[in-house]
Amino acid sequence: MTPGRLALTAVGDSLDRCIKCTVCESACPVAAVTSLFPGPKTVGPQAERFRQSQGSSPDRSVDYCSGCGVCTRVCPHGVRIAEINARARARWRGRTGVSLRDHLLARPVLTGRLGRPVAPVFNWALGQRPLRVAAERLLGVHRAAPLPRVVGRTFRYRVSRRRPPRSPDRVVYFHGCSVDYFEPWVGQMTVAILEHNGFAVDIPRQGCCGLPLQSTGLFEPARRSVRRLARSLSPAGTDGLPIIASSTSCGLMVKREAEEILGVEDARLRDVSRRTYDLFEFLAGLHRAGRLRTDFTPVPLTVAYYAPCQQRGQGIGEPAMDVLGLVPGLRILELDRSCCGIAGTYGLKREKYAIAMAVGRPLFDDIAAARPDLVACDSETCRWQIGRATGLPTVHPLELLYRAYGGAEPGSAAAGPGGQ
Amino acid sequence: MMKAVETDLLVIGGGATGAGVAWDAASRGLQVVLADRGDLATGTTGRFHGLLHSGARYAVKDPRSARECAAENRILRAVAADCIEDTGGLFVSTPADDAAYADGFVAACQQAGVAATEVPVTEVLRAEPHLCPGITRAFAVPDATIDAWKTVWACARAAAAHGAAILPYQEVVRLMVEGDAVCGAVLRHARSGEEITVRARYVVNAAGAWAGRVARLAGCDVAVVAGKGVMVAMNHRLVNAVVNRCAMPGDGDILVPVRTVSVIGTTDARVEDPDRVQASADEVRAMLAAGESFIPGFTQHRALRVWAGVRPLFAATSPTSAETRDLSRGHTVIDHAAREGVGRFITIAGGKFTTFRLMAEETVDAVCADLGVRAECRTAAETLPDSEERHYYWIGARQAQAEARPVDDPLVCECELVSRQDLLVAAARRPGLDLDDLRRALRLGMGPCQGGFCMARATGLLHEAGHLDRAAANAALRDFVEERWRGIQALAWGDQLRQMRLDAWILLGVLDLEHLPE
Repeated sequence: MTPGRLALTAVGDSLDRCIKCTVCESACPVAAVTSLFPGPKTVGPQAERFRQSQGSSPDRSVDYCSGCGVCTRVCPHGVRIAEINARARARWRGRTGVSLRDHLLARPVLTGRLGRPVAPVFNWALGQRPLRVAAERLLGVHRAAPLPRVVGRTFRYRVSRRRPPRSPDRVVYFHGCSVDYFEPWVGQMTVAILEHNGFAVDIPRQGCCGLPLQSTGLFEPARRSVRRLARSLSPAGTDGLPIIASSTSCGLMVKREAEEILGVEDARLRDVSRRTYDLFEFLAGLHRAGRLRTDFTPVPLTVAYYAPCQQRGQGIGEPAMDVLGLVPGLRILELDRSCCGIAGTYGLKREKYAIAMAVGRPLFDDIAAARPDLVACDSETCRWQIGRATGLPTVHPLELLYRAYGGAEPGSAAAGPGGQ
Repeated sequence: MMKAVETDLLVIGGGATGAGVAWDAASRGLQVVLADRGDLATGTTGRFHGLLHSGARYAVKDPRSARECAAENRILRAVAADCIEDTGGLFVSTPADDAAYADGFVAACQQAGVAATEVPVTEVLRAEPHLCPGITRAFAVPDATIDAWKTVWACARAAAAHGAAILPYQEVVRLMVEGDAVCGAVLRHARSGEEITVRARYVVNAAGAWAGRVARLAGCDVAVVAGKGVMVAMNHRLVNAVVNRCAMPGDGDILVPVRTVSVIGTTDARVEDPDRVQASADEVRAMLAAGESFIPGFTQHRALRVWAGVRPLFAATSPTSAETRDLSRGHTVIDHAAREGVGRFITIAGGKFTTFRLMAEETVDAVCADLGVRAECRTAAETLPDSEERHYYWIGARQAQAEARPVDDPLVCECELVSRQDLLVAAARRPGLDLDDLRRALRLGMGPCQGGFCMARATGLLHEAGHLDRAAANAALRDFVEERWRGIQALAWGDQLRQMRLDAWILLGVLDLEHLPE
């Protein structure tokens, strides 16, 4: 059944629990900086009573929701505000149509495939102001927005010649598009860390999880993507194996959003969803079970750590803090801010760039005040945003763990993202 | 010296029927005064579920009513489009319903001229995800929903445009009789107590469930039976179309998506006094449980408010049974000259909202015949104010409006999207009104929080704008909150209980509503 009747109605019906307490509006990072977005309660449970369950939504302001999910997390009554808003946004887009820019941003694999063969030119172009200005005019991607550089050799290519160790303990690695085309070193380090802890890592061929399509409002292709991914992540012979995700947003898509926002009810997906772990969630679990190797060498750095929205949305605490806390010499400053502003592709868009930067401002200021050697954050788009805004090297926390295990940098990890 | 007014026709009762009579008579050129003891549309009209019948619900049991509804449905869609939302209606056979009934139902609809088309169950379930997946058959009918307050005020405004005087809060204290004919009434203002005399060539009693009382003022006996119907408004629209069970009409077998809520109805029990009608907790429980039969999980959804209305059922002789559902929903024009020798006095008894225009037409036909006025009814072709474009109302209208509003016009009522400007414009339009009138005009305070957030804002604004002095503002706030809470007491569990707690903290804890200065 597509879309799932029950999954769809359960989230929509959660509006009944809203007693208008306004906690979500107080916590919303977007409403705090722009009057274009009236707030999550207003466009969510409140407006939902004026929407038909099918057909278009009358309000365009819901399009200014960045989808960070803070509202759902803070709601004391269990209203699925962000999920209601994501659906309303899709209905609004259904009415207005999706622009060429949004089609492109929604398909990172396409960008990766097109850019990879001409990576040097592509990456050079990202840094050329006149070209970026032209792209802003033509496409609507803001000239200063943090875009990732494409790598010449994909992650899959890089790991294709490795000789995996044999082990009775196996896991499946869900690397996502970003690792494959933009940050292969994150994937290589993930594999190395897992292997160091005695796991054999299966890396099945896999496509996009559909998250960017979903946040653009292209629900049907998003449903197809996530269903296809669920099949890819559960090839024959991997029944019951843990699936490890190093991208927090893609992990969240598989864990929750496919069902709660897209309404996908699929036995295969449900099984994959139950077995999916965020990398640090998995490592923290190993440590609790006494299985995590702690043969660390000291890492004498001061690191500002920021747990991204999509990781908090998984409801797993801050496992990266727990694990990195074991590394000698590492001084970690936790950044307690709700959002960096980028929210996937939101902050890339010309009309939303300024809002995204204003949302992230308090976080950027905290980072500047902390004067760390590095910033660590689990989500790729957030890393690009923070790196671009602060000018500091911004890495996935696993790079610190990798270093603690004595690894040498396999890629240009601590380099800032592209864009001017 | 008492103020006196002269007119051709005095209409008593400002519900749908009375407002319809005023509109009809005024458009035929009669001078009309319309009086109600309270605000317009506050009796049965303002307390119904909002269904504009296609006639299908009556097809099997009351073919005449079905035919009338089918015809009136078409007319009202043309003349009162702005008050109507074209939701469409469904009749569904649930696993608990006799499947054979559906065949008889379709035949009866055909007979009565009601368009009923069978729709594939899969299609219906796609359009109505909350509906019981076990339904075996489904039929689409042209049911719709209609805003009673908007409709009545549109009729009143149309009548006023033809010269009629609309007098809310004017209670009839005496009917004046000269010789063998009624010649007017003495009215008393509900607030000021001031009395006026209306001398009229003719009086129409359109007091609905209260028609017996008005008739008695002229020494006439009209056996109107008040049939209580309990309704529960659910917090949001659980269905997009009106959903009826395809079975003999019973309690709690219809769910009407009207404006932002869906209303489940109804019961039917005889009551003695139409002014003392309360929904009991048992009735509410029974109603919600009945919803489970076609909306699985119905009792888990948030019930917003409960109320009861009284149907004005007319029987030639008073029925003794407590069961009133079997009384006809038809209407009767009672000419008291023929019946009791009291001339120039007609009672329009029985009927239902959907046929109010027809009832008015028949009534005014009789009045004109009696007065020797030759004028054709025009209400089947004259569009009501704001319906000229013949666009139906749609659920997203307020949200779309809210989007376009400037930032310096903030929302007062967040649930029903009423802005400060909306409030002040409505208040200026009807000087002397109270918060409850504004509620009906704007749906102020009718959403999930039931006034918890908006009422203090509204009274403050009205005070600031000079509509209410300090004492009146405080009293209005207290009265309104009390009245709202009366309608949710029977629902004090789950989400609504949480809402009441928060509202209480705000109104009693923070604002100390119980100790406001007089």
